[in-house]
Amino acid sequence: MADKQATREAYGKALQILGAENPNVVVLDADLSKSTKTADFGKKYPERFFNMGIAESNLLGTAAGLAAAGKIPFASTFAIFAVGRAFEQIRNSIAYPKLNVKIAATHSGITVGEDGGSHQAIEDVAIMRAVPNMVVLVPADGEETRQVILASAKYYGPVYIRMGRLDVPLLFDEDYHFEIGKANVLKEGTDVAIMANGIMVSMALEAADDLAAEGIKVSVVNVASVKPLDEDAIVRVAKTTKAVVTAEEHNIIGGLGSAISEVLAERQPTPIVRVGLKDTFGESGKPMELLEKYGLTKAALIKAVHEVLAKKQK
Amino acid sequence: MTTIELKRVANVIRQDIIAMLVTAKSGHPGGSLSAADIVATLFFNEMRINPKDPKWADRDRFILSKGHAAPVLYSALAEKGYFSKEELKGLRQTGHMLQGHPDMKKTPGVDMSTGSLGQGLSAANGMALAGKLDGKDYRVYALLGDGEMAEGQVWEAAMASAHYKLDNVTAIIDYNGLQIDGKTDSVMCSAPLLEKWQAFCWHVIEVDGHDIDALLAAFAEAKTVKGRPTMIIAKTVKGKGVSFMEDQAGWHGNAPSVEQGEQALKELREEAANLG
Repeated sequence: MADKQATREAYGKALQILGAENPNVVVLDADLSKSTKTADFGKKYPERFFNMGIAESNLLGTAAGLAAAGKIPFASTFAIFAVGRAFEQIRNSIAYPKLNVKIAATHSGITVGEDGGSHQAIEDVAIMRAVPNMVVLVPADGEETRQVILASAKYYGPVYIRMGRLDVPLLFDEDYHFEIGKANVLKEGTDVAIMANGIMVSMALEAADDLAAEGIKVSVVNVASVKPLDEDAIVRVAKTTKAVVTAEEHNIIGGLGSAISEVLAERQPTPIVRVGLKDTFGESGKPMELLEKYGLTKAALIKAVHEVLAKKQK
Repeated sequence: MTTIELKRVANVIRQDIIAMLVTAKSGHPGGSLSAADIVATLFFNEMRINPKDPKWADRDRFILSKGHAAPVLYSALAEKGYFSKEELKGLRQTGHMLQGHPDMKKTPGVDMSTGSLGQGLSAANGMALAGKLDGKDYRVYALLGDGEMAEGQVWEAAMASAHYKLDNVTAIIDYNGLQIDGKTDSVMCSAPLLEKWQAFCWHVIEVDGHDIDALLAAFAEAKTVKGRPTMIIAKTVKGKGVSFMEDQAGWHGNAPSVEQGEQALKELREEAANLG
């Protein structure tokens, strides 16, 4: 697992595939095309690439108009500006009329690093998940990102895709199969399940290996599709393990942990420990140092597993 | 259509607006009445549209960015034959298709869902960009309010329309000078609009928004402009056509009572009679 790739990097490459496949795919950016990796699409298909300048409300509003006229727009900027600045354009111009816009946001979470808390979106999944008609996808690695992007283009309707800046381990190959609304059980275990997405998936797999050495059998579920959520898979796994840890690079309020808690509370009450940001903003620093400081590590997952196992035994 | 025919259509639209709002007991008469001549001219003369095929790919598009004036759009659509006039009675009622603000999913002929101010011109730009990409010659019309000029997104979009040389976009400001809290100039002064839009590299035309001939000439001129979008600043009177509503901010978002509605309809019928 030495090879690494940032999900934004995979996004840039996937856009080129789409550009060749489908003439209706257009890409919009807001002066961040080198960072969001849409710039290469722009070079290859300049007539289908629109730099909207530093104006995110107009970026999303224009994407809505393009979609209303039959295009498949991918609108990109940092997650904080897409969901934060342009929330109401997303809500009223895109989601309310269910227009076919893909909001492909990069630089999510604290692994944005040095730019600091102002630029680290930690609440974007919670906000997007609460909007009717919106699909919310959080890929874990480069291959999954590629499949997420291609699947989003095939699906008709608004999709929020959450990607990161940081290079992360490549976990999957072409045999992997992502589907909107489906979770992927990456590892079967009977004692406890770690349900994760984004950069936390690779840590969950590593934690599971370490825990196996302690004799704890861990299921690892990759929940890239936060909405629609694969409720049946989550309930099925929880029924077996009777203990669940959720893991996300996001505030513990409103994101994946909340989504899973909601389902299990209603359908399969299960002891849960949520790993994520503890309702706090990030700060400037090296990504790995920040993950350490804010408790988004393999060690934190192992600790959470022990906590939830203690709850389970009560 | 001839000028007199368009005036008659505008009068019918105004009567329908009043009747709708009386039945609905809520809604926005002032900004609907001020836009009636503009909307009548667009839908009954200017725009290339087909009520039998509301999704026709080559149609001209209309975006009511000042979405609270939905009644003027609904009246025009019904009069044009997009749906039965019976539907007008369902305005703002549960389970009916005519929402408080335009909803493209529910209402045939509505090209964009709007209502939250400031968003319409961006959508118009998107449609115009798509049209250019597809080599289509359709035009996109967006109607904005003067109070709406305070929304920052309007100016983001204004910059983009000019940057992308969207000469297939024609925007209109229904410049009635009033908004909910009073005169636009006192709530948040948006003047001088002419110079502002010129500074944003738009072709700008100023007209009397109740003068059908002037509107027809402005729309014709817009079509001849190449390489940049056109803004038509249409000076209007809020509540136009109903004496007690004219130039009164209080009639922005209040529906007339049955008695007030009858008085308004009486005046409008008199106007119709005078039109012959």
